Amino acid sequence: MNMLPTIRTGRGRSDSQVIVVENVSLRFGGLAALTNVSLDVREGEIYSIIGPNGAGKTSLLNCINGFYTPTSGRITLGGDEIARLSPATIARSGLSRTFQNLALFKALSTIDNLLLGRNLKMRTNFLQAAVFLGPTKREEVKHRAAVEEIVHFLQLEAVRDEPVGQLPYGTQKRIEFGRALASEPKIILLDEPMAGMTQREKMEMCDFIRSANEMLNVTFVLIEHDIGVIMGLSDRIAVLDRGLRIAEGTPREIAADPAVISAYLGVEH
Amino acid sequence: MFYRTARRLPDSYSAQLSIIGRNEDRIIAALTLLAVLTLPQFASPYFLKALLIPFLILSIAAIGLNLLMGYAGQPSLGSGAFMAVGAYTAYKLATNVPEIPIVVDFAIAGVMAAGVGIVFGLPSLRMRAFYLAIATLAIQFFIEWLFSKVAWFWNDHPSGVVSIPQFSVFGIPIDTPQKEFYLIGIIVALMTILALNLTRSHIGRQWMAVRDNETAARLMGISVRRAKLSAFAISSFYCGVAGALWAFVYLKTLGITSYSIDVSFKIMFMIVIGGVGTIGGSFIGTAFVLLVPIFLSTVASALSLPISTGSIASMEQMIFGLLIVYFVIVEPQGIVRIVRNFHQKLVSWPLNVGR
Repeated sequence: MNMLPTIRTGRGRSDSQVIVVENVSLRFGGLAALTNVSLDVREGEIYSIIGPNGAGKTSLLNCINGFYTPTSGRITLGGDEIARLSPATIARSGLSRTFQNLALFKALSTIDNLLLGRNLKMRTNFLQAAVFLGPTKREEVKHRAAVEEIVHFLQLEAVRDEPVGQLPYGTQKRIEFGRALASEPKIILLDEPMAGMTQREKMEMCDFIRSANEMLNVTFVLIEHDIGVIMGLSDRIAVLDRGLRIAEGTPREIAADPAVISAYLGVEH
Repeated sequence: MFYRTARRLPDSYSAQLSIIGRNEDRIIAALTLLAVLTLPQFASPYFLKALLIPFLILSIAAIGLNLLMGYAGQPSLGSGAFMAVGAYTAYKLATNVPEIPIVVDFAIAGVMAAGVGIVFGLPSLRMRAFYLAIATLAIQFFIEWLFSKVAWFWNDHPSGVVSIPQFSVFGIPIDTPQKEFYLIGIIVALMTILALNLTRSHIGRQWMAVRDNETAARLMGISVRRAKLSAFAISSFYCGVAGALWAFVYLKTLGITSYSIDVSFKIMFMIVIGGVGTIGGSFIGTAFVLLVPIFLSTVASALSLPISTGSIASMEQMIFGLLIVYFVIVEPQGIVRIVRNFHQKLVSWPLNVGR
């Protein structure tokens, strides 16, 4: 990981689509969480999904990462159909995510949480682990070094060995982001990465997201409620309302879109 | 100075992975080991036979349960049953296939218990916490029933309690408390190191991940099923070996009553009191559960109170129970936490950095 600042234009953004969601519907009994939602995320971009509460944003992320299976429709990741694969399989093909309400391993230290992000890369077997010396130790040292770079990148040095459950909320959010980064994914889904943060913490988080995007060329799909943050951070935005995708475009286009304005502010009667 | 951290922080990742980090602690550990090794030379045979040997054997079972309950988060009340499976397997092997070396019998006993553990671990894929603990009670009752009804398991002997044949290890007959102590000591040392290694590797980390958050664990690519069943297998392996040693080395007889539900509960008390999720806590808890009643009865008889022996016995039970309640309230993380806090104080002295 190269820690030197690079210029924003050096970003490897291209027009190739990494995630394509096509006519995805998701129903829970009579409730339609998503109805014929289509969108595409391009390689290297920061793509935001916004919308009022209950619009289906998290449901959509859950469909993409495999927690939910869409009732109908297709989702492809780098061209491969993934709508019916398990979360672990999808994670293996380079997609990781964070959660709205944090899903950290509370009793474990920051380092252990980050190391678990690299779990898929650990290959030694039970017997080797029982012996420890040799392959398992080499593996532990190697991954520890890699995780230490994330500790440095996200400025988590001070809480390296603390059990994460007792840390401040903003720090826990950062650790969860770090755990998602640790698996060296191509795409990260962030579910409200800045919810409940102070203004300063939000700024730092934006910096981390942008740096990871520029230096590591990670594609981001994020859900966020802070419109100021969204407008400044995103390359493109999709707007969901009551399970429907009502708009998609650049921040400037979205801000001017009448459908979006009516969804957020209501319509004049 | 003792326990200073200045200029002595680990300077490589592999140094951080060592089991004992500080030189002072290494010296203490080495001295303890030396003391334990020379102990049989001057300790009385009673001390060895009645205290140390059962302590060491039950420590193995406590480590086993701690791996399952403390690390993988799957509570089990079947430890006694897994011990019984190990004991009867070793007995059948030792009596019917005497060509197999006894140490191999013990290992096979562990493997057999591991197999049973995997089968009875299956409910853990669907149940959690208390419900799982209740489900594991079924193992306990089933195994107790099996080993009290099917006489094949104790070679159709008319009485349900059979005596264990004399055995030797590598040609050395294990016939004195000293030899028994060394045999058990080596086995305990080996199994402790294996447990420490598993818990500081990615295997232990996967168990803890499943314990803390199954959904997130699944997302990290951990197979929750494999993690749970492997924890059941390893834990039962430890219990199986402990059960075989319990019969072969400590009791010298084999009967299902030695592996009743009481034993399962006792082992659970040990790890709760000692410290759930720590290997060291397994030893501390075992020592507490075994030694405190003996200590209490020694005190009671030394005081020679004018009370009937019956009420003294029940008072011991009550005091023991109170002590358990006290420790669980004062230090829910177990006695091992008190030790660690003390250690932390030594390191941070003269500052008072409490955690």
